[in-house]
Amino acid sequence: MTAPLTPTTAASHHEVEQFLYREAALLDEWRLDDWFALMHPDVEYRVPAPGSDHLDPRHTLQVIHDDHTRLGGRVARLKSKHAHAESPRSRTRRFVTNVRVLDGPVGDAGEVTVAANFHVMRTRLGKLDHFLGTYRFVLVPDGAGFLVRERVATLDHGIVEAGGTVSIIL
Amino acid sequence: MTELLEPAATTPTAGLVDDRPADGFFRVNRSAMVDEAVFAEEQQAVFDRCWLYVGHTSEIAAPGDFRTRTVAGRPLILWRGTDGEVRVFLNACRHRGAQLCRVPDGNARGMSCFYHAWTYANDGRLTGLPDADGYGPGFDRSRFGLSSPPRVDVYRDFVFCCFDPDAVDLPTYLGGAREYLDLVADQSPEMEVVDGMHEYSMEANWKLFVENSLDGYHLIPLHRTYFDYLKSTEDSYLDPRRPTEARDLGDGHAVITVEGPWARPVARWTPSMGEENRAYVEARRTELEERFDADRARRIATTDRNLLVFPNLVINDIMGVVIRTITPTSAGRTVIAQWTLATKGEPESVRERRLDSYVTFQGPGGLATPDDMEACESCQEGFAAAAESPWSDISRGIHKEATDEPFTAADEIQQRAFWRRWRDLLGSR
Repeated sequence: MTAPLTPTTAASHHEVEQFLYREAALLDEWRLDDWFALMHPDVEYRVPAPGSDHLDPRHTLQVIHDDHTRLGGRVARLKSKHAHAESPRSRTRRFVTNVRVLDGPVGDAGEVTVAANFHVMRTRLGKLDHFLGTYRFVLVPDGAGFLVRERVATLDHGIVEAGGTVSIIL
Repeated sequence: MTELLEPAATTPTAGLVDDRPADGFFRVNRSAMVDEAVFAEEQQAVFDRCWLYVGHTSEIAAPGDFRTRTVAGRPLILWRGTDGEVRVFLNACRHRGAQLCRVPDGNARGMSCFYHAWTYANDGRLTGLPDADGYGPGFDRSRFGLSSPPRVDVYRDFVFCCFDPDAVDLPTYLGGAREYLDLVADQSPEMEVVDGMHEYSMEANWKLFVENSLDGYHLIPLHRTYFDYLKSTEDSYLDPRRPTEARDLGDGHAVITVEGPWARPVARWTPSMGEENRAYVEARRTELEERFDADRARRIATTDRNLLVFPNLVINDIMGVVIRTITPTSAGRTVIAQWTLATKGEPESVRERRLDSYVTFQGPGGLATPDDMEACESCQEGFAAAAESPWSDISRGIHKEATDEPFTAADEIQQRAFWRRWRDLLGSR
């Protein structure tokens, strides 16, 4: 990454970091309604297909490509006992590190673009899977915190190497 | 499996398919899913003898375009020559066997092996080798071109290969499945595979996902959360009273047909496609009616189908077209590769809707496929008790086999068609 570092105050960087940790903790704790409340009405949640994350998502097959409606459907499904792939539920432990503010605040909304590394460990039915990759977040300030307008989880590896499917929110 | 120790005429696969239609009886012994000896046998009897899907010609549209693939464990290069010809090569240097191509796709006039720099043109000829003088006068480089699978052929842009030099030709092999491949290929004058591939896996036997891919019986119980999503967002639902159909197409091929609640880009508009795309989708239907008779246009436009081309190619022609291969890596592990086929040149807004509705249902992050994987894995777990509970029942609708009564997608004729072919191939060796 050769993008110039945007000057940010230590305080705002701290706020962004704390937001990402809170967001990850809500997922780890399966507080999915609280987590979904952090999503902007125009949210885009995306997991590119491994190997084609450099291509334009509008005409490239994605593993996950949710708008607010579809993400709401995903949350409703995961809360149901009929989401068999997550019944019983996975336990996850999310490590979000190397947080960098790439851009912002910009525009009237004061959007902040953030990059981070992730290591999501998932245990379920006696198996341990690792998901490794990078996050791209676009955050919109909202009250004391942020709303998530863009959330892209790009994996470094194939899904075959991480238990076979992506039944959790990455 | 004491039979294995005896030199008797029986094989590890004898008696695994208990097929007695006159008694209303069809069951499969669960050791067919867990026994590594059966896995080894079916590699030879099925995967080394059948025509297998490699890719679609649109994936290598321009001269020099290539894709690497693994088919029945063999590393392959699907490569279009400068002469425009589509070829399939074994991805192994003729010199010492190193993989010639070590990237998933690209475009090249030729490739050079990184080990000793033997160089091949995109028609497979060996065009360069360093220090050629070191080989004696009898060295004939024309004998060292890239190898291909013994049989390679293309049907309606679907590229297949076969590792049995004595196999029947591809059109004969496809037999009754051709009609259904045609219904997909005829959706538009030119179809293309969209960039991006789904690859996912399960800790379960491959045949369980073949069965699942043709299983109309599981849709509503297993995929309740997906249908709940459709109901809550689009107010559409899979009406169990709608007529469905299942057909044994012969030679292990089979199809189920339903009229689903979802939109089809070619060509069934519903509000979920967006008002902005309505005129386009409806014009596709009109175009089909101009190209074909009314009945064929209707079949192409509005019926949803899951087709099995024996042994492991599934084509789901539903809210989008899915090309799926189901490949075992051991008795208890399976890798699935999946692509989507679309109308070339369709507007970006249609393409986006097509991809979104496909990805919402299917693939490793969809609202449905992870539950299919879970069901197959759960069966495989249950098979740990195969010694005490050895049989899986696949008899739905078997009483109709002696009559002319049509089968529904919730019958299991389509799965019996697969298993009978599997049994014949393994038993005939």
